[in-house]
Amino acid sequence: MEWLLFVPLAAMALVTAVLVIVLRNPVYCALSLVGTFFALSGIYLLLQAQFIAVVQVIVYAGAIMVLFLFVVMLLDLGHELPVWLQRDRPRLLIGAGVVVLLLLELVIPIGSWTARAPQGSSGSESVGGVGNTQLVGRLLFTDFLVPFEITSIILLIAIIGAMVLARR
Amino acid sequence: MPEGAFFIIMVTKIVVVFGLMLLSVSYLTWVERKVIGDIQVRLGPMRVGPHGLLQPIADGLKLLFKEEIVPHAADRTLYLLAPAIALIPAFISFAVIPFGDQVRFFGQTIDLVITDVNIGLLYVFGVASLGVYGIVLGGWASNNKYALLGGLRSSAQMISYELSLGLSVIGVVMLSQSLSLVEIVDAQARTWFIVLQPIGFLIFLICAVAETNRAPFDLPEAETELVAGFHVEYGSMKFAMYFMAEYANMITVSAMTTTLFLGGWRGPWLPPVVWFLIKLYLLIFLFIWLRSTLPRFRYDQLMRFGWKVLLPIALGNIMITAVFVALR
Repeated sequence: MEWLLFVPLAAMALVTAVLVIVLRNPVYCALSLVGTFFALSGIYLLLQAQFIAVVQVIVYAGAIMVLFLFVVMLLDLGHELPVWLQRDRPRLLIGAGVVVLLLLELVIPIGSWTARAPQGSSGSESVGGVGNTQLVGRLLFTDFLVPFEITSIILLIAIIGAMVLARR
Repeated sequence: MPEGAFFIIMVTKIVVVFGLMLLSVSYLTWVERKVIGDIQVRLGPMRVGPHGLLQPIADGLKLLFKEEIVPHAADRTLYLLAPAIALIPAFISFAVIPFGDQVRFFGQTIDLVITDVNIGLLYVFGVASLGVYGIVLGGWASNNKYALLGGLRSSAQMISYELSLGLSVIGVVMLSQSLSLVEIVDAQARTWFIVLQPIGFLIFLICAVAETNRAPFDLPEAETELVAGFHVEYGSMKFAMYFMAEYANMITVSAMTTTLFLGGWRGPWLPPVVWFLIKLYLLIFLFIWLRSTLPRFRYDQLMRFGWKVLLPIALGNIMITAVFVALR
């Protein structure tokens, strides 16, 4: 039964992700990315991770992408030529090289890991018992306390940096 | 419960709630005009039907039969899509709000909530945060300076006030120990959270008005400076959809305030659903009252108020609540 939802969601994630780089109007690119976030959020739901699914929508679709749109609309970038019509051979070649490298980097680990995928500390049974949010919260403040706090310091530094740059 | 019965009950609940919401939305326009009329010592709509009661139907028919106009320089796809994007989130967030206790009906126990999700509160915030797309995209796709300015103002305003909105309910979540709206209502069986969280309640209410883009926070459509803001170029049913989204948002936000701070459907003597509706409509009346009383914020006042007043108070409220919850 699960694949009935998984296949359309995965297809949507892939199609919208490709549209982000293929479409030439920046506003449509940004909206395609929102579509990708939605598809990912649906996949999180299938994995019983309701908390992450909703936070994905709130943070990425609801806040970050709105700010992206804000900037894109103000800049009024207009339409670009499609990549294959641009006359810039060296840049195209470098771009293609980077794509191949990234794909290899992605495919090789996935191929070798499928046999022994890393196991999380809690399966879907315990999620059903305690509730998703409680579980995420408990893990964040016990096992992952140090990374969690370090992340918050990094974010704080970014905020202060932005303030300093804006005041200049 | 057999699968078939579950399906029928679910569909019935959705149809009833959706239908009632559409009806409320259309009649809220009449209520708003009547109440504002009364406050300004005039009669409001009187011509169509007794006391203008058929006015919303006349308005709806008029908007339906108006010519569809798409501005020449507009981005056609997004221009047509934007009102729908604004409307959908406004309606679907009601799905997790409990509007009554369990009732027995044909031998089945039915919860009076469309669905009780254990992250209900976050779901509402997630859906609400998408509403801004309809406004921003509508403003951009119209290819009009005023509309674009309205859209940009809206996105800045929504992002600023969403933060305080989210922080103001953390006190409620700490007290009820749950994100499920059903459990939050259950936690208020003895005392409503407005008593325990008065500051949280006030911040939530202010941010809620800002989130619905209603006066005194109606900068995105400020008539006197932006003509009509993000919907200058919209007419006929597409304009009506923006209007419906605004009223539906008003209902949802009032329902959320009721659920989070006013004990939801709880109350003595009267049936739960009646209590829920009374609280809901009192809050909507407050919204209309505010609109006809307060002048609009200036943009810099809006930003200063959101970031330098509401946000610190909301954070302080969380800290104080945390201390009390820890000592309990």
